[in-house]
This record gives sequence, structure tokens and C-alpha cells, in this order.
Amino acid sequence: MRAIFRAAAGLAVSLALTAAVAAAELRVEPDDDANEKLIEALILAQPGDTVLIAAGRYELTDGLSLDVDDVTVRGEGTDRTVLSFKGQTGAGEGLLVTSDRVVLEDFAVEDTRGDGVKSKGSDQITFRNLRVEWTGGPKAENGAYGVYPVSSKNVLIEGVLVRGASDAGIYVGQSEDIVVRNSRAEFNVAGIEIENSFRADVYKNVATRNTGGILVFDLPNLPVQGGHDIRVFDNDVVDNDTPNFAPEGNIVAIVPKGMGIMVMANRNVHVFNNRLSGNATTHVLIAAYPEDYEDDDYLFVPRGVYVHDNEYGEGGGEPDGEVGKTISDVSGTPVPDIVWDGVTTIPEYFSWVSAENRIYVDEPDGTTFVNLKMISQLLLPWSTSPDTDISGYKGSLPEPAPVKLPQDGGA
Amino acid sequence: MGIARLAAALLVSVTLCAALVVPALAVSDAAILAERPPKLLSEFGFFEDSRTQKPAEGVVPFAINTPLFSDNALKFRFVYLPEGKAARYDPQEAFAFPAGAALIKTFAFPADMREPDKDVRLIETRVLIRHEDGWQAWAYLWDEAQQDAVLKIAGAKVDIELGGIAPEPVRFTYSVPNKNQCKGCHAFNGEIAPLGPKARNLNGEFAYADGAANQLEHWSAAGILQGAPAPRDAPAVPAWGDEAAPLEARARAWLDVNCAHCHRREGPASNSGLFLTYGEDDPVALGIGKRPVAAGRGSGGREFDIKPGDPDGSILLYRIESTEPGVMMPELGRGLPQPDAGKLLRDWIATLR
Repeated sequence: MRAIFRAAAGLAVSLALTAAVAAAELRVEPDDDANEKLIEALILAQPGDTVLIAAGRYELTDGLSLDVDDVTVRGEGTDRTVLSFKGQTGAGEGLLVTSDRVVLEDFAVEDTRGDGVKSKGSDQITFRNLRVEWTGGPKAENGAYGVYPVSSKNVLIEGVLVRGASDAGIYVGQSEDIVVRNSRAEFNVAGIEIENSFRADVYKNVATRNTGGILVFDLPNLPVQGGHDIRVFDNDVVDNDTPNFAPEGNIVAIVPKGMGIMVMANRNVHVFNNRLSGNATTHVLIAAYPEDYEDDDYLFVPRGVYVHDNEYGEGGGEPDGEVGKTISDVSGTPVPDIVWDGVTTIPEYFSWVSAENRIYVDEPDGTTFVNLKMISQLLLPWSTSPDTDISGYKGSLPEPAPVKLPQDGGA
Repeated sequence: MGIARLAAALLVSVTLCAALVVPALAVSDAAILAERPPKLLSEFGFFEDSRTQKPAEGVVPFAINTPLFSDNALKFRFVYLPEGKAARYDPQEAFAFPAGAALIKTFAFPADMREPDKDVRLIETRVLIRHEDGWQAWAYLWDEAQQDAVLKIAGAKVDIELGGIAPEPVRFTYSVPNKNQCKGCHAFNGEIAPLGPKARNLNGEFAYADGAANQLEHWSAAGILQGAPAPRDAPAVPAWGDEAAPLEARARAWLDVNCAHCHRREGPASNSGLFLTYGEDDPVALGIGKRPVAAGRGSGGREFDIKPGDPDGSILLYRIESTEPGVMMPELGRGLPQPDAGKLLRDWIATLR
């Protein structure tokens, strides 16, 4: 049993590493034992250490995980340090981080069987210059999320590229204080998704060739809900034209091909200064949660959404799928640049919606808009006379303060 | 620089190991409480005869009513408490153990599951030890001669050939978890915690050397458990395979042990909103009519975690029956399916309305 001798040697190495007091750089090279050494280095790193993954291709058979605070995991570039999980036989993701003040940077994660890089319950987690990719292109068999912080706070995602996620490329869930910037999401079902989260700034990203570009969602029956204070600005959301390849049952399976930015059931969401073009269903959709649910604490309608100063190119020419059809049956084709389903709660329908909860649209001349005036959780048409008069939705909301992260030296 | 440090420490650790290898006849409280785990399992002194898993004095074997499935592995469980100390009873969660306590579990495979006492090969022994500042989890891999087991921080893969579960012997790779993977299941609000020794799972008979007795009573009589009520006043789950017990209780007991270490409000899967602990009484949290959040392709094209009356429409079954990473549940600790459990859950979901 050679493995046992190797294990003994590995153990000695391990003890050596734990004996270190000062911050150290633990360098892992892509040799035969790289999988085991990488696992060990991540387990035995001490706070302050850097685990440096040397350039090379790592064929990993098991997931990696980090549970030590104050550790940096660094590669030597997203084309040079490549962690391939093609032969993965265990674990639900490629790399899982469950500790605080962790920086992940300059490496690539390819072909994980489940999610790519996940953080759960982390405070101050940084994903920087990472590439997460399913190399076979968009396929339902690909993992769900590329970069996946959940139940985390102070989340910084920058310079990340995700391709091929069968749910969302960059997915931030049930988290708070979030910055997603200078990143690129392509060929995913959802490019960037902020779900059940508070205080997020999503800016200077490119979301292209996805099914949908940027989604801001709130879903029922989760420990954290009531997402609010989200700014989506200065992004390029263009040519999102990949047919939806999400496995059925997932909420993103409803997203039609050619969705630019979609806001669903969130509060205080500001969408501005984005460039949208080539999104064939619609550029901006503001909608209620369309499924039935049992959750007394959940508010299914969007609240206080302010869409302004975006640039719109061609779009809406080929509305896709059930949602596309539901919209275009009412709005006609091409679908207007901005679509609000117009769903309100029943009491509000018969009375009024308070100022801070309304939908405001203030866009350059020539921008088209429709309020579909559907009032039902199931997207059933209630009224066949949609409102296309954009001038009736003018107004504004106070903008949420920029998100400040303790680990962020500046934009 | 790293290499010099490595080499120096390598020498130190080899010397240390050599000094520590002494035949152990009694449990070493020092080994349990040491800052670093011993390199060899024998240094704890938990076994009088490790080959036959005969415990040393003061080490009490136990069994749980419904155990976790781990690729059909046989499991030998033991608890040790330092002289004069006892665990504190808790009706819901794992008992509160004092510093110096240890929970020991050996995983083994017989050559043939139809003869589980014959040709048993010990694979690994997992040790949960209680320090003042919390639990530590370590896995020890048995050597080929079955003489001793060696600490494995990074886990290990072991090729197994197992007869008696299919017409032909089944070959598979068994995973010894690494340290983080231990915590992947044994996490309660981010801290390592024991899973098995809960009142509801210990409230049953065990065949001790001097006769069968209820485990709660035995632990209390042995002075290692304080505050336990009479067994009839303590909660109990049935053995999941006990067809005399109610179907729902069996299914819920199975879910409790196999899923709820993660799928609970304090567990690693808290973000899923799917909570499968035995006492969970919110039907949606239990998965009934609940849509998935982050299941990805694990949804298998199904809409609900549990669709009442429709096992084949339920994501839960899809994931439990799968052996594919990224789909299968649990994510760790299993490479084979457990068909009988699938059938139990099928039967249960079929009865739901």
C-alpha cells in the first residue's frame, strides 16, 4: 500500500506547516500528488498565509475546501493556473470556502460537476481575477453556479469571468454588502444574479451571450428574504442570445432567451447608466414572482424600482418562450425596451401604492415602455389595455449609498 | 525557505512520532487533550484489541437506532469519558460532552454483506475529541496488516470490493474524509459537533457483554450521562428498516440522520431553506411543495423537493437515488445507492396528499 507511506510523508509535511508561526507562503506545484497537497495546504494553512498554486494544469478528483480565516489562495493567472475538475468523483463544488477574510485570485476552475467556487457564511470574501468555466459550452449537465457566495457578507467579486453555468455565472445569494464589478459573464443561463440579498452594487460588468444578462430576484421560503437596496449601473448588457439550458424546476428556467436586466420581487432597485442592446425578448423587465408559494413573510411584487438614464439599442424583436409570449401577446412585437408586468397586490389594486413603493422610469426620448397591467401571481392577463405612456412613470427615488467593503481599497 | 522549514519540521515530527509509539493498554487522557492529534490511533488506547474492536476499559460501545448510510460500511461506535465526568442529557441535540470526552467510530467492510462477521476489513476510525474550546475531528486509516491506523489529515481513497449487495461483487472507491470534509457534515452554527449521540437515536437496546439494556439507562448507570429521564419519557426514533414501525416515522428518522446534519437551520445547507430534522413541522421547510433554489441539475427536471403522492416528481428522491457528484445527496460520504432507503422514501411520499 504505497498510499500509506505517502500519507505518512504527507503528515510530516503537514505538521511542519502547522508549526509555522509567521505568515508563510505555501507553494503547491502541479506534480503527481498535487491533489492531496492542495487539500492539505488548504487545511493546514494558518491565518495570514498565502497558498500559492503554481502555474500548471491540475487534474483534481475531489473538491477543495478552505476553513481557515485570513488566507489568500492565489494562482499565477487564469490561463496559467488551471484547476480542472473533469474527473471529480466527490463533493458538490470545486472549491468551498467557509472562513472569513479570504482572498481567491488569479486562477481558473474548470468543469466542476456541481458549483464552481462557493463561499458559505464568509465575512469579507474576495473573488478576484478568476475564471470559472465549463469548457464544453452551455449544457444542462454543467454545474449550476460559477462564483457562488451565499449566506456571506462583504462580498467582493471583480475581474471574474464565468462561462457555461447552467444556472447563474455570478450568483450572490442571501448575502449582504456586495460589490460585483469589472467582471464578465457569458454563455450562462443567468449572467449575474443577485438573489435574496441586501445592499449590492453591480457595475462595469459585461453580461453577454447569456440567456438573461443581470437578474435581481427575491424568492420565498428561504432563511433570508426581502432583498433590497441594489444598484445596477454602468454595465454592458448586450446580445444575450443563448437558449435557456437550465434544468427544469430551477427558477431561472423561466428566463426567456434575450432578457437584458430582470428585477423580480425586490425592493429599492436602481437600474441606470447601463448599455443594453441585442436582447431579443426585452431589455428591462420588472416583474412579480410568477409561481404559487406558501410563505406569509414573502412579498411577491417588486417595490420601489427606479430605471433611468440607460442606453437602449435594438431589442425585443424575438420574444422567447412562455414569458416572451405572455409579454408580446399584450405588448405586441417588438417588445418595448422596458416592461413592467404591472402586478400589484389585490388591496393595492383597489386603492393605491405609496410613493416609495412605485415603479419609476425616466429615460431618454424614444425609449419604449409598457405596463402590462397583469394582476395575478400566475401572469394571467387581467386587463387587455396595457399602458405604454412612459411619461406617466416619471419620478425618482433616493439612491442607496454606495456599498463600502472593509477589504476594498477602492474601485 | 518553505523547503528548509519543511525538512526541519519533518525531522522533528519523525522523532516525536518515534518517541510516542508505545503500546497503550488504557485510554490516554493526555493524547485526547494534546494540542496535536497523535499520529497513530493506538496512542489513544481506545482498544484492548483493535483487530476485533474490543474496547479498553471505560470505553463504552453503542449503536444508534437509525444510522447514517456510508456505502454499506459496518460501523463500530464507542464513547469515552474521563474518570468522574459525564455528558449532559439534551432531549433534542447531541449531548453536551465535557473536555476530554471522545467519540470513536470505526468503518469496516466484510468481504460479503451476507456474512457481516466474516473477513471484516477495518478501513478507518474517526475520532471526535472534545477539547475545552470545542470538538476536533480526525480520521485514521487502517494499515493493511490491520495492526494500527495512521492519521490522515487530507483524507484518502480506498478501493473496496463488496459482495452480497448485488449478484456480482461491487467494486467502488470509498472516501476517507479530509478534515474539512468532516466539518462539512459535523457543523452546527459553524462549529464541529457530534451527530449520532442524540437521545432519540440512543433510546434503544444494546447487547452489552453482560446482557442487553437500554442505552440511556446504561449510560446513566455507568455515570457517563447526567440528567436523562426514564427511556419511556425520552424521545425515540425507530430503526428505519423496522417495518413494524410507522412508515412516516421511519422515513423521517432516515432523513433526520442522513440529511439533517446539513439540512437544518444551523447546518451547512441552511441557505437551501430545506430542513429535514425529525422535529421539523413546517411542511414547506420539509420540502413539501417547495421549489428548489440552488439545486442546479440536481433538480432532475422536477419542480418540487417533495411532490405529495408523486415520488418520481420529487427532487428529494432524484438526488438520493443518484450517485453522480453534483447531483447526489448527501454530497459527501457516499458513492453507492441505498435502494431500500429509496423504496422507503418512495412509499412515504406516495402516501402524502
